Amino acid sequence: MLEVRDLAVEFDTEHGRVRAVNNVSFSVNAGEVVGLVGESGCGKTVTGLSLLGLVPSPPGKVVHGEILLDGDDLLKLDEAGMRRIRGSEVSMIFQEPMTALNPVLTVGYQMTEVLRLHKSLSQQQARHAAIDMLGIVGIPAPSKRIDEYPHEMSGGMRQRVMIAMALSCGPKLLIADEPTTALDVTTQAQVLDEIVRLQHQFEMAVILITHDLGVVAQTCQRALVMYCGQLVEAAPINSLFASPLHPYTQGLIGSIPRIREHKIERLPVIEGMVPDIAALPDGCHFADRCNRVQADCHERSPVLTPSADAGAVACWHPLEPQHD
Amino acid sequence: MTKPLLEVRNLVKHFPVRGGGFSVVRQQVKAVDDVSFTLLPGQTLGLVGESGCGKSTLGRALLRLQEPNSGQIFFEGRDILQMNRAELKAQRRDMQIIFQDPFASLSPRRTVAQTVCEPLDVHGIGSPLERRKRVEELIELVGLRAAVLNRYPHEFSGGQRQRIGIARALALNPKLIVADEPVSALDVSVQSQVLNLIKDLQRQLGVSFIFISHDLAVIQHISDVVAVMYLGRIVEQAAVSSLYTSPKHPYTQALLSAVPSPHPASGAKRIILPGDVPSPISPPSGCAFHPRCPAAQAKCQITEPQQTTLHNGGHQRHFACHYPLGD
Repeated sequence: MLEVRDLAVEFDTEHGRVRAVNNVSFSVNAGEVVGLVGESGCGKTVTGLSLLGLVPSPPGKVVHGEILLDGDDLLKLDEAGMRRIRGSEVSMIFQEPMTALNPVLTVGYQMTEVLRLHKSLSQQQARHAAIDMLGIVGIPAPSKRIDEYPHEMSGGMRQRVMIAMALSCGPKLLIADEPTTALDVTTQAQVLDEIVRLQHQFEMAVILITHDLGVVAQTCQRALVMYCGQLVEAAPINSLFASPLHPYTQGLIGSIPRIREHKIERLPVIEGMVPDIAALPDGCHFADRCNRVQADCHERSPVLTPSADAGAVACWHPLEPQHD
Repeated sequence: MTKPLLEVRNLVKHFPVRGGGFSVVRQQVKAVDDVSFTLLPGQTLGLVGESGCGKSTLGRALLRLQEPNSGQIFFEGRDILQMNRAELKAQRRDMQIIFQDPFASLSPRRTVAQTVCEPLDVHGIGSPLERRKRVEELIELVGLRAAVLNRYPHEFSGGQRQRIGIARALALNPKLIVADEPVSALDVSVQSQVLNLIKDLQRQLGVSFIFISHDLAVIQHISDVVAVMYLGRIVEQAAVSSLYTSPKHPYTQALLSAVPSPHPASGAKRIILPGDVPSPISPPSGCAFHPRCPAAQAKCQITEPQQTTLHNGGHQRHFACHYPLGD
């Protein structure tokens, strides 16, 4: 349904032009939940924004690539065309619902605006639809809460409002950028549950952007791992966690603090730190931190190559696939 | 039996909420409400809870960075709440703090050397040469090179800044460090590096930690004893192994089950708590957790549960619940 080909996004910064997303290609099938994972600055959010034409420009610019939604290239659309897509075909929810909602307008006003714009509903119809939607995302007493302002709600409630708003026009694709990062664990569990339930109910595809591999393991069918603007590994969830092929994925999975049956003395780590994206090393960007590095890694950039199990990996010396 | 390093009894910190005409105090936020615990030398106490549960306020109140309303805090047997300013200043050599945000907690105008040296200056320790030597020693202890000493915080990544903050906290050889969410602003790959460092330092220097975090996995890794807070109170307190394998309080159990496991087919059933954390201004009657508790019964709405203490094999565990979970 969605196919991204060779997407590159650059930003002008005081350190010169920086490539935040570097030749990224992936696809998302209808009704699929895909996780886009990586650490801060890896380009996962910019990738998400570019799908909706929301990369701030200037300083940002999509340099090349194609974003095909049901075969139509979104990058070729003008602003008016893009507006018709945003919110109706493709919706996005953000990390911090308080900054994404307008604080001086009621929840109801903000929700009906979307419906009236995309579905040409009357004020009355839109209000009814909005109340229904708030009920669907699990907000108690929706007909009362619709007239509240965002600050009167808790973080979890606000995120539900964002989800209700994003889903109100029945999008085919929902891009969720760290939707639960600002929430507490118990609220996070509620909201993730809600997203999975609604994804089934509305039969939409979801791209879940997150740094939390635990969240990905619990909600996604497939994951894309990014490092320094590049896609380094793509795989179905089970094989990604059971047998990661890229040393970075392996390191990332290993270093997540997790609740263990037996305490261990030292957590596994990835040595060093993420390189500055304005001064990336030649060859494989992960080479300096990699435990499988060899001489050629510093010279040639690996390209994403299909692997067994419907996955793909960008590494010259990937790990052996494990079969259990 | 070893004497406790820190003994906290019935500590209370309320914040007034003002409003209306003349800014009258209308209500109280019960941020820390009747909290008691003890910490042995060299031990790490993990303080875990969701936002607004009072864990940070408790951490700050322990150092009197926020003045508690009542209670007692015995540090090596002396109540620090009874100390005057001079005594408190001397006492603070033994108690330091590391903050969450490594970007906000270091002055952008001071070099690394100045930042790490500040506690030594404040307490007038050593000659300038000795201080310089100590600073170099500290910066190497936290895994940075002495060459960085004349650089400014903006030149460092989050993980490196947090190391600088740790070096500053260690400068005076404290006996206790309160670490308030020291790794939550860091990326996972860096987070584990800093956690390993804290653990190494603890073993090497024998310093006690009060480690505040919302992340149960981090808490398990770093702590000997864990206290779970909900709405200003400690609802359960136990040695890390017993708390994680057999929680007694339904809130602890729900909190543990809500952590997303990095195993796709773990199959563990998550307990989804209904509703949100209530406002600490007007906490629910009886047991404050009862509106969200899957095991709540009529009694929970009326009577506040008292702390129950169990002894098994030298370990103590405490919990405040009328209907604790079985083993």
